[in-house]
Amino acid sequence: MTAHPVGAPPRRPLRVGPHALLVEVAGGEEAQALHAELLRRRAAGTLPAVTEIVPAARTVLLDGLADPQALAADIVRWDVPPLAASGGTPVVLPVRYDGADLAEVAALWGVAADEVAGIHSGLEFRVAFCGFAPGFGYLTGLPAHLHVPRRATPRTAVPAGAVGLAGPYTGVYPRSSPGGWQLIGRTDAVLWDAAREPAALLAPGTRVRFEVSA
Amino acid sequence: MTGSGTDGPMSETDDRTTGTAAGPPALTVVRPGALTTVQDLGRPGHAHLGVGRSGALDRPAHELANRLAGNPAGHATLETTVDGCAVRAGTAVTAVVTGAPCPVRVDGRPVAWGAAVRVPAGAVLDVGRAAGGLRSYVAFAGGLAVPPVLGSRSRDLLSGLGPEPLAAGAVLPLGAPCGPPAHADAVPWAGPPVGGLVLPVVLGPRDDWFTPAALRTLARGAFRVAAASNRIGLRTEGPALERATDGELPSEGMVLGAVQVPPDGCPVVFLADHPTTGGYPVVGVVPEAELAAAAQAVPGTPVRFVPVRG
Repeated sequence: MTAHPVGAPPRRPLRVGPHALLVEVAGGEEAQALHAELLRRRAAGTLPAVTEIVPAARTVLLDGLADPQALAADIVRWDVPPLAASGGTPVVLPVRYDGADLAEVAALWGVAADEVAGIHSGLEFRVAFCGFAPGFGYLTGLPAHLHVPRRATPRTAVPAGAVGLAGPYTGVYPRSSPGGWQLIGRTDAVLWDAAREPAALLAPGTRVRFEVSA
Repeated sequence: MTGSGTDGPMSETDDRTTGTAAGPPALTVVRPGALTTVQDLGRPGHAHLGVGRSGALDRPAHELANRLAGNPAGHATLETTVDGCAVRAGTAVTAVVTGAPCPVRVDGRPVAWGAAVRVPAGAVLDVGRAAGGLRSYVAFAGGLAVPPVLGSRSRDLLSGLGPEPLAAGAVLPLGAPCGPPAHADAVPWAGPPVGGLVLPVVLGPRDDWFTPAALRTLARGAFRVAAASNRIGLRTEGPALERATDGELPSEGMVLGAVQVPPDGCPVVFLADHPTTGGYPVVGVVPEAELAAAAQAVPGTPVRFVPVRG
């Protein structure tokens, strides 16, 4: 967890209409740590009733609060432990590393195309947040030197199961959709199935590893 | 209902798909209209998975239709857009049309809007073109019994969850009526916002991303409802809101009623099918109770925002 300057508030609650609160923190790690703390407090019954807890890049949104201002006053005083480095078994997604942007990504990484699979599958990721489509997780865990820009021109159709990279994130398209991420491979894992319990394979906080499949 | 209870010990005796010669109660779509969807109170609680709330845009109209049909508020209704729809009843059913006022006919004969009407077996209920507003709601005693997805039968046009919009020939199963239709002496209808839509906006969380001039423009500018509006958002056209910062906002959680300002500077008010996260700054939030009027505002309607400091 990044140390913050002495006296600077570790989190800034922002008003979002009459029933919601957006809590802004210093960065992604802090957002995931706050999200984990909110889930702990909700499970322990010490969080006021809330309809949605939505983590994102460097915020957590709480919606459906009776008194957002009371929670805002309280939340700045919380002692939020840093994110645990590990724990639990990660979800493992088998990937064929044959994506359309593999060569492009290899060039950006400064490696040979056949080295991308080993690097990507050697990392451990965590679902920072979901969005864009049901079950689409933004996975963090790429070191800064492996961050790549989005494609200048998004594709009109990216197939379901496509594994992509954009900025600090990697992710898997749960279904065919337009998309601007750099595609490095494809998995047969079903990311989203509304008839399954749980419907989403990846939820915020889930640890994820990719595995090279033939 | 399909999709539940099929593997229980009661499944054989509880199977409603066999039985009477007339079959289970159902509707057949005769005329789907421009866009008619099944809606209920939506699926809150899944935003962290990228699943929005969805649900009836004019919630009071949806709830009133259910109440008059003798249904609980959460039963699924039909939400029409501009030109109504028509369905044939497989068995006799009680129906109620609320929301945007419109002619209602049963086998061509005019019947009441805003009241329980009996649709005999084989008859066609025709919900006509909205005389004002955009969206009518059609409740049937027992509710529409399409299979729920994550606890809701609402069609979310952004995520694609829930039953497909109505198409000619589609069959919609009905649930069992659970109470007598209610009577109302007067049916409240705020009326479409013809003189203009006035939307209070609680400023924040990102009002500081805009110049003081932009906030004055928000308060005084003459906006209009844009034709591109849909269940995802009420789009406006008018003066652009100028940003105070050129930075890029990392994705953050979005709420119903959020007034998001994309790069073109024209505010978009998020409605039921809005995305769960977004990267354009939200200048303020329209309280939920004000959104029913937004759902009935036809393109071209003048819009005035009234900023409120929290």
